[in-house]
Amino acid sequence: MGDVADAAGAAIPHPDSEEDDLYHPHSWLTKYVFSQDAKVIGVQYSLTAISIGMVALVLSWLMRLQLGFPGTFDFIDPPAYYQFITMHGMIMVVYLLTALFLGGFGNYLIPLMLGARDMVFPYVNMLSYWIYLLAVLVLVASFFAPGGPTGAGWTLYPPQAVLSGTPGQEWGIVLMLVSLALFIIGFTMGGLNYVVTVLQARTRGMTLMRMPLTIWGIFTATVMALLAFPALLVGAVMMLLDRLLGTSFFMPSLVEMGQQLRYGGGSPILFQHLFWFFGHPEVYIVALPAFGIVSDLIATHARRNIFGYRMMVWAIVAIGALSFVVWAHHMYVSGMHPYFGFFFATTTLIIAIPTALKLYNWLLTLWRGDIHLTVPMLFALGFIVTFVNGGLTGLFLGNVVVDVPLSDTMFVVAHFHMVMGVAPVMVIFGGLYHWYPKVTGRLLNETLGRIHFWVTFLGAYLIFFPMHYLGLLGVPRRYHDLGQTAFVPDSAHTLNAFISVVALTVGVAQLIFLFNLFWSLRHGRNAGGNPWNATTLEWQTPETPPGHGNWGAAQPVVYRWAYDYSVPGAERDFIPQNDPTAVGMTR
Amino acid sequence: MPDTAPADAQDTMMQPGGWRSLVADWSSDQRAFKSASWGKAMMWIFLLSDTFIFSCFLISYMTVRMSTVVPWPNPSEVFALEIGGTSLPLILIAIMTFVLISSSGTMAMAVNFAYRRDRVRTALLMLVTAAFGAAFVGMQAFEWTKLIHEGVRPWENPWGAPQFGSAFFMITGFHGTHVTIGVIFLLIIARKVWRGDFDQQRKGFFTSRKGRWEIVEITGLYWHFVDLVWVFIFALFYLW
Repeated sequence: MGDVADAAGAAIPHPDSEEDDLYHPHSWLTKYVFSQDAKVIGVQYSLTAISIGMVALVLSWLMRLQLGFPGTFDFIDPPAYYQFITMHGMIMVVYLLTALFLGGFGNYLIPLMLGARDMVFPYVNMLSYWIYLLAVLVLVASFFAPGGPTGAGWTLYPPQAVLSGTPGQEWGIVLMLVSLALFIIGFTMGGLNYVVTVLQARTRGMTLMRMPLTIWGIFTATVMALLAFPALLVGAVMMLLDRLLGTSFFMPSLVEMGQQLRYGGGSPILFQHLFWFFGHPEVYIVALPAFGIVSDLIATHARRNIFGYRMMVWAIVAIGALSFVVWAHHMYVSGMHPYFGFFFATTTLIIAIPTALKLYNWLLTLWRGDIHLTVPMLFALGFIVTFVNGGLTGLFLGNVVVDVPLSDTMFVVAHFHMVMGVAPVMVIFGGLYHWYPKVTGRLLNETLGRIHFWVTFLGAYLIFFPMHYLGLLGVPRRYHDLGQTAFVPDSAHTLNAFISVVALTVGVAQLIFLFNLFWSLRHGRNAGGNPWNATTLEWQTPETPPGHGNWGAAQPVVYRWAYDYSVPGAERDFIPQNDPTAVGMTR
Repeated sequence: MPDTAPADAQDTMMQPGGWRSLVADWSSDQRAFKSASWGKAMMWIFLLSDTFIFSCFLISYMTVRMSTVVPWPNPSEVFALEIGGTSLPLILIAIMTFVLISSSGTMAMAVNFAYRRDRVRTALLMLVTAAFGAAFVGMQAFEWTKLIHEGVRPWENPWGAPQFGSAFFMITGFHGTHVTIGVIFLLIIARKVWRGDFDQQRKGFFTSRKGRWEIVEITGLYWHFVDLVWVFIFALFYLW
């Protein structure tokens, strides 16, 4: 550490200079298409994820049309409805949220925020994107395969996922499983890069405890993903063998249409365990980057240092670790031993502690802050509100006795859409409004952004709040048509129609965002290098958008933590991390 | 500029104790693992992830072994070979295990010579390791062929639970794929060592990065891991 005391920076060779051997593109193709630059890969990931996310959005409109106005649309028959549900869920959770947070934000921000020139293995990083794209294409191909995509529900529970009564049994399920396996392979390539870059390729002065919380969130989520995705990979491989070779890993003895099938002796519950050993950490794989990003958005736009930085870091790590021992709370109704239920309910409720800690810290950061209600800030505040909401219903569902009656009702749908649908998407939008100026050099249009925010935020509440009520009434999820059911009053049908109208409106509001994304590319206000007066390194690049290698001649040297906002005695209300002046807090 | 030192320099001078010092070490400047290069760190983390894959496979195998209602075939009988009129249980598996563990020995020697920058011995020992690995995969192919001739299929077998064949082909297949990839990896690196790529700092074909001697050790990490996994497969599938 002694040599770092020399602030000249450039004079001291970077210890990784031997390894840090950048690939320089020679043609348009290697610069923009087969690029090894993490920034380009991040943009590629983001655009692909948003595109496939649009498909999932359209699927949700179709589902809402059927639920709100049953019998009106002939082409949405039960098989089609199940296919829409399945593809909507899987695309949103894996191909949009995971890919956008880790592949998109991760690739763009990790090297920039750490002061690195690129990821540690740019070539592997490039392969990661192309395999992800292949996974997406295989998934899309299932729409055109005979029999269409699988309609097994996003959880793909066997035995029904493999049986002939399920739509997409011919090709859909096979393509889905292959696509998931490809996604995992591609993700592993990228994920190893993100983790090693954070651990081993930080610039001088950047200790782990000085990293912006965005990086902490993405880093912890990536470690979790590297440990959780293997379970899904194994589950996918085994189900693929069940479907294609007729093995019976997950298949018990079955009679189908009066015919005894060749299967027998397998364990369907095994798949549920494998799936949720992946599936529950997956919730936090999506949530932790959101936690991190929202911390930075709040600190920057409230001009306040984040409250309790160390506790925030430990909370992220604790949530990540705990999320591996809660998976069976998704399986309370699978017939598990009550003691297991007790154990998993306890661990589930314990997670509320670090999560609540983070929440209080966000509020205390806002407390008496100089809050600028910019569009990113609006979305950050929207996240806090929706996340609290979804988190509280999580406490209901985490308890076995409350979960059992609510299981498989619309209450569950409302809960997880609020907590891992709306809330992370709020952060994604906030993040896109926040970092778009760094990526393009121009700000997104503010007026369109505000319209987008208010319609999305209020709309999300109008959609999902009533759904809790439907769930309490006992309206089941995954039903194509409620029909005439004694316990479902007529008002529930009216409510469903209302939800559908709002959902379509919110859907249209997303088109405003897409328009803004393209329009501002040309016509947005010029942003300059640091439009939000932020402290983190990505805003201190010599060029905007940052050039190849990010930092010009010398990598930055870090002298302080990422949250020196409104430091008493400082000239400006923020001190960049690479500013050596020793005023105020230096951590 | 009153004080140009990053604050961390002062922190480390204070020397905190206990857990705090552990955290301070881990989170200190630039690298968490001071002596590990990027490549080595990446291989370790990949292996951690791969451990979870194999654990999931083995736990799944144990689960279906419990869930099936048909008796499990006796592995000592299934994997016995008739040699000179006597039936030797698990003899082939014992040889395979011996070969694979020996290959770990030659790999360790190759790493040692790589540290001494001894091109010829390193390359030769890597080739020997690759040959052991190839022999292992060859014996596995023989074992598969024998079992397939005896009527074992992923979906059925003559002796009992169909999950026996399913788990056998899946787990040994997945492990065999790992060994095969390792053999290919060894051959490529051995060629580079032989040619002197790492002394001449020749750039990689795909990555256009300079090759480093350290890749021998990284290959070794992978190879030892594949070996270690086999020990677990041997214990849990063949001996149980």
